[in-house]
Amino acid sequence: MILTNNILTIVTFLPLVGALFILLTPGRDETAARNIRWIALATTLVTFAFTLVMWAMFDPSTADFQFVQNQLWLGDVIGYRMGVDGISVLFIVLTGLLMPMCILASWESITYRVREYMLLFLVLEMLMIGVFATLDLAMFYVFFEGTLLPMFLIIGIWGGQRRIQASYKFFFYTFTGSVLMLLAIMAMYWQAGTLDIARLLSFEFSEDAQFWLWLAFFASLAVKMPMWPLHRWLPEAHVEAPTAGSVILAAILLKLGGYGFLRFSLPMFPDASAYFSNFVFFLSVAAIIITSLVAFVQTDIKKLIAYSSVAHMGFVTMGIFAGNVYGVQGAIFQMISHGIVSGALFLSIGVIYDRMHTRDINAYGGLVERMPRYAFAFMVFTMANVGLPGTSGFVGEFLTLFAMYQVNTWFAVLATTGVILSACYALWLYRKIIWGALEKESLKSILDLNTREMVTIVPLVVLTIFFGVYPAPLMDAMAVSVQALVDHYQAAVGLEPMSALIDLGTAGNVQAAASAAASH
Amino acid sequence: MVTEFAGFASLAPAYPEMLVAVGALVLLLIGVLARKEISTAVTGIAIGLMVVAAVLIVAQPNEGVIFAGGFINDGFARFMKVLVITGSAFALILAVSNSADHGLNKFEYPVLVVLATLGMMMMVSANDLMSLYVGLELQSLALYVVAAFRRDSVKATEAGLKYFVLGALSSGMLLYGASLVYGFTGHTQLDQIAQAVALTDRNPGIIFGLVFLLAGIAFKISAVPFHMWTPDVYEGAPTPVTAFFASAPKVAAMALLIRVVFDAFEPIARDWQQVVIFISIASMVLASFAAIGQNNLKRLLAYSSIGHVGFALVGLSAGNLVGVEGVAIYMAIYLFMTIGTFACILALKNDDGYVETIDDLAGLAKNRPFVAAIMALFMFSLVGLPPLAGFFAKWQVFLAAMEAQLFVLAVIGMLASAVSAFYYLRIIKVMYFDEPVNSYAAPAIELNIVLAVTGFLILSYYFTIGAPLTAWAHMAANSLF
Repeated sequence: MILTNNILTIVTFLPLVGALFILLTPGRDETAARNIRWIALATTLVTFAFTLVMWAMFDPSTADFQFVQNQLWLGDVIGYRMGVDGISVLFIVLTGLLMPMCILASWESITYRVREYMLLFLVLEMLMIGVFATLDLAMFYVFFEGTLLPMFLIIGIWGGQRRIQASYKFFFYTFTGSVLMLLAIMAMYWQAGTLDIARLLSFEFSEDAQFWLWLAFFASLAVKMPMWPLHRWLPEAHVEAPTAGSVILAAILLKLGGYGFLRFSLPMFPDASAYFSNFVFFLSVAAIIITSLVAFVQTDIKKLIAYSSVAHMGFVTMGIFAGNVYGVQGAIFQMISHGIVSGALFLSIGVIYDRMHTRDINAYGGLVERMPRYAFAFMVFTMANVGLPGTSGFVGEFLTLFAMYQVNTWFAVLATTGVILSACYALWLYRKIIWGALEKESLKSILDLNTREMVTIVPLVVLTIFFGVYPAPLMDAMAVSVQALVDHYQAAVGLEPMSALIDLGTAGNVQAAASAAASH
Repeated sequence: MVTEFAGFASLAPAYPEMLVAVGALVLLLIGVLARKEISTAVTGIAIGLMVVAAVLIVAQPNEGVIFAGGFINDGFARFMKVLVITGSAFALILAVSNSADHGLNKFEYPVLVVLATLGMMMMVSANDLMSLYVGLELQSLALYVVAAFRRDSVKATEAGLKYFVLGALSSGMLLYGASLVYGFTGHTQLDQIAQAVALTDRNPGIIFGLVFLLAGIAFKISAVPFHMWTPDVYEGAPTPVTAFFASAPKVAAMALLIRVVFDAFEPIARDWQQVVIFISIASMVLASFAAIGQNNLKRLLAYSSIGHVGFALVGLSAGNLVGVEGVAIYMAIYLFMTIGTFACILALKNDDGYVETIDDLAGLAKNRPFVAAIMALFMFSLVGLPPLAGFFAKWQVFLAAMEAQLFVLAVIGMLASAVSAFYYLRIIKVMYFDEPVNSYAAPAIELNIVLAVTGFLILSYYFTIGAPLTAWAHMAANSLF
């Protein structure tokens, strides 16, 4: 009982305990740095274990918030409120999963200021889990915006050549967008009289208010997501950040935007969401096509992956605002899958960057001869990035496209071209780096994955294929919550729920349709 | 005999002020009668005196109106007085180490600070235009001397003179406003003014008086367009003195402003709200842009303080309970951030003297990681980045503005805060991203303690002082409504 009530508090603030230990570790020499690395790894692993415990205790048969804590904390306004439902629980597990890998990926590549680095990463983990675990709108903002602080420093201190510009751009894009959301949160408080998300979800804002609130939230979430044309900060931040920073940025921080759309924009402002849906579709499709084309001409590997992230997030926004079960489930699945795949891609790039210290595509070629294990792993991730059936990337893309087709055929057709384009640039990248003759002198002594790198990459390979073949664990966890969300949305905008009538052959859709049928 | 005793007991609400007043005189005696220079001892006693006064205020809630309505001690006054005393005490602690460097190693300095604090406590408790003016002048005169305390420094003398001339001008405006208000209402006591104002129609004479009063106070809180003295005085005065100027007097003047507009001019709230909104926007916007070009740390902090006064005024613009609560919280957090930031500057000393420009901070994170980390914390907090305390300060005042539906003000304020992030981040960038140029000696122990205490409070605000501070500020604000 004690564990059930406090599991979210434990999961959220456990990293801070590790951070405290790191702060108290004496010494400034290499021994101290080693101790600090081990402390950080142990903390993230224990946290991950607790997130798994939480997932095991999570009851997927209800759409209510679970493990709820709810009390006022700062005056009558801001409270300490925690709770998860099927939409947020998976993101917490994803965060828990990726953090140990980030620590491992930084094991040797971070050579200076190890203490500060690990400290910032643990603080960042606390903030990211907090975003998904909190049920207080103000605290959501606190966690959401708080991630800027560690990330700004991580990019700025341990980043590449143009790190200062990148960190400033990252900070100002997100900060400026977010302040408007902060005002919207305050306006919501005065209208609804509470910041409790669970109660706000059932509050009906007037249509006029929804219009402005939706726009204010969009200003922040679309930058975070990032949606075209507000994505300019992302490629630079990705390129300049250290490997683990890029992983966190792509895998978790981008998901904060999508999570915000799902948690706030769609259920709280349904009329405005319906009103703006074509606008979002347009931006999403534009993102999918334009950034895919832009990815073509990149010579920097990280930049290419970064642009492909923007394109993949286009599928997510499209799915969310399609407003049906497939779209929302597909969007969540796509976010989880992209978290794993893009994280893995950045880890893979980190592997060769650590060896060669360049991200230039032309500096590589024929790696398969020296690095067969690496070539295999990279192939799996590339295929997942393309959306090949059998990998986790397929399920999300398929579901969102399918959902889009129900809503608007033309947008669906245009978005589908993005799948082809992503195949083009991803396969091109793979061919340039892995295939071909091993001609470059500098590559002839390159080593394959070592044990530490295997430990980080193999689980992701397994998960990518596992969730591609058998997406049920994720679908089950979210199904009821998604159904409730979509019912709420469609009732608010006056649509007939049609999801239960159509059945499709993929594993994910059977799950979705079954649960939808069960709930009717 | 009995009546006399009862008379003394009836002065209970003013005990802390009396204690500080007597204490100041005793300190002066000690300083004069001592054979040798004992400034450190006097400073220590002065700090102890303030601690006792603060404890007295917290532990003995002797609320009431005395001195024929001239003095009021209520929840709001107690809250603000504790803040003022905290600010003064911290400012004295900052002056202890290396006081000779700043020319502050004379016993007059702590005595003047104690006298200024007494003046501020009177300002906070003033319930009459006359006691208000007396308190304000006691504070100001002590501050004029403190600003020019370093007689042999041209800069400090210039700063003192500037402060004096402009301060005297603002006092004149305030007096002129007070006389107009008295002339048109026939009262000097705040609550009686409110009654008179409520009875008359919108009277241009009263409005004029109000505007002059506000202008005079705006000088004291250095709000735009009455801010011109601030950068020069901040730069010229010795750094511990600047830390003092930036903390306690701002709090006291802000409390005075709140007291005057709510107690005396509540019936014409719409009129003063316009003025407050204007100076709030002007302060936020001007400070955000003007600070970008600064390279001198103290000038930059001067603009920063102008900006923060603007943000605090957002809460006052709303003219509601949440707003006053917000201003109270804002000033409390601002006080700790200011003291902490100046402690960082004082902690950075090498053979060439103290750190002066932003470039001097280059690579500080490598040489002095602790100071740099605390400084970075304060900068992020001044930006208003959650989860640091600065965010919760902004949260409360903007929450009030949203309740009052001042959307334009709120949006401008938020965008100004985004702009202001630029120059705060520059300091972090220089400290963390650049290569070191200077090395600094280890700071004195008391500075380390101040840094640790203020840094901890700012960092752990949500978990530690947040809840009690909010509750107390709520109580304080309630006593005005």
